[in-house]
Amino acid sequence: MARRSIDVVPPFQEFFDEHATGVHRFLASSLPPHDAEDCFQETFISALRAYPKLRDGSNLRSWVFTIAARKVVDSHRQRGKHGAASDAVPEGAVPPPEVGEPELWESVRALPPQQRAAIVLRYVNDLRYREIAAVLGCSEAAARQSAKAGLDRLKEVWR
Amino acid sequence: MSRSLEDALRRSGPRNEADELAPGFIDRAERGRLVDVAYSTVDSPLGPLVVAATAKGLVCVHYGDDSDVLEELATKISPRVLHVPGRLDTVRRELDEYFDGKRKRFAFKIDWRLMGPFQQKVLKATKAIPFGKVATYRDVATKAGAPRGSRAAGNALGANPMPIVVPCHRVIRTGGGLGGYTGGLHRKEFLLQLEGAEMSRRR
Repeated sequence: MARRSIDVVPPFQEFFDEHATGVHRFLASSLPPHDAEDCFQETFISALRAYPKLRDGSNLRSWVFTIAARKVVDSHRQRGKHGAASDAVPEGAVPPPEVGEPELWESVRALPPQQRAAIVLRYVNDLRYREIAAVLGCSEAAARQSAKAGLDRLKEVWR
Repeated sequence: MSRSLEDALRRSGPRNEADELAPGFIDRAERGRLVDVAYSTVDSPLGPLVVAATAKGLVCVHYGDDSDVLEELATKISPRVLHVPGRLDTVRRELDEYFDGKRKRFAFKIDWRLMGPFQQKVLKATKAIPFGKVATYRDVATKAGAPRGSRAAGNALGANPMPIVVPCHRVIRTGGGLGGYTGGLHRKEFLLQLEGAEMSRRR
């Protein structure tokens, strides 16, 4: 069978399998476990709703991270409004993610949102600066600058 | 040193695999009725089968477990194709019973949308052939309103999107020859033997 052309969207399951882990890593490094779980589901539900109308399947990675980044902003706004939500993981939820370098990730979570997002998208999700700029709605130079600033801060604590 | 920091970021940190993350998301997608095509894989004596259903019923049975069929479903029906085994529980159970010799007809609903109008007539005529019986290409062509359309009927059967369930294996040549089978003739023979089909003159 001929390989489908790049501008046709793949079956959603394929899209999910390809991006679920990366999107979840992005969310879990920005939010407490319960909120990350919730945002993860909302990200993919939003994507699923919009999916049939997508005509261009060539940039699905930037697209799904853009949705996820928006959910993070919404989630922080919600928390601000309703006070800190419980960090407890609800019953039946995905077990708490594995963290190999707890102190490093503590520092990542403490970064300003834009720097944290840029760091995670660049080094964890391996996005290019052009994609990061699209996801965060800033210029490529600003994305590069945020990642550098974030990295410099982390270097202070990283041994 | 910065190299190792970047490496540490890449290698450590929160990590869940897609299959751990899927159940919670699938539950929500199902509750929101956002899954247009649900699929699963069924083990059978003829190897793995991909089975897929829409809200209307079973829409596809595919020999093998390759992903080409999912792309076809995404293109022809909707790209909202997801692995939701629960939606195919009845289909799986009835297929198991069929292969165990305990079921002669399938009771689940069928969505005929992948077939053109003529193909639908041919395959509906084929669906009416009882377990253990056979009919000829000419028989089903006639029932589909095209008595001279044996060849067209053969093409329609060859492109059957749900073999086994729409029993195109029960359609043979007028002289008793097996004819063709998209899944391979060994599968056609297996199914006819399973059903104990009586064929007057075989090849």
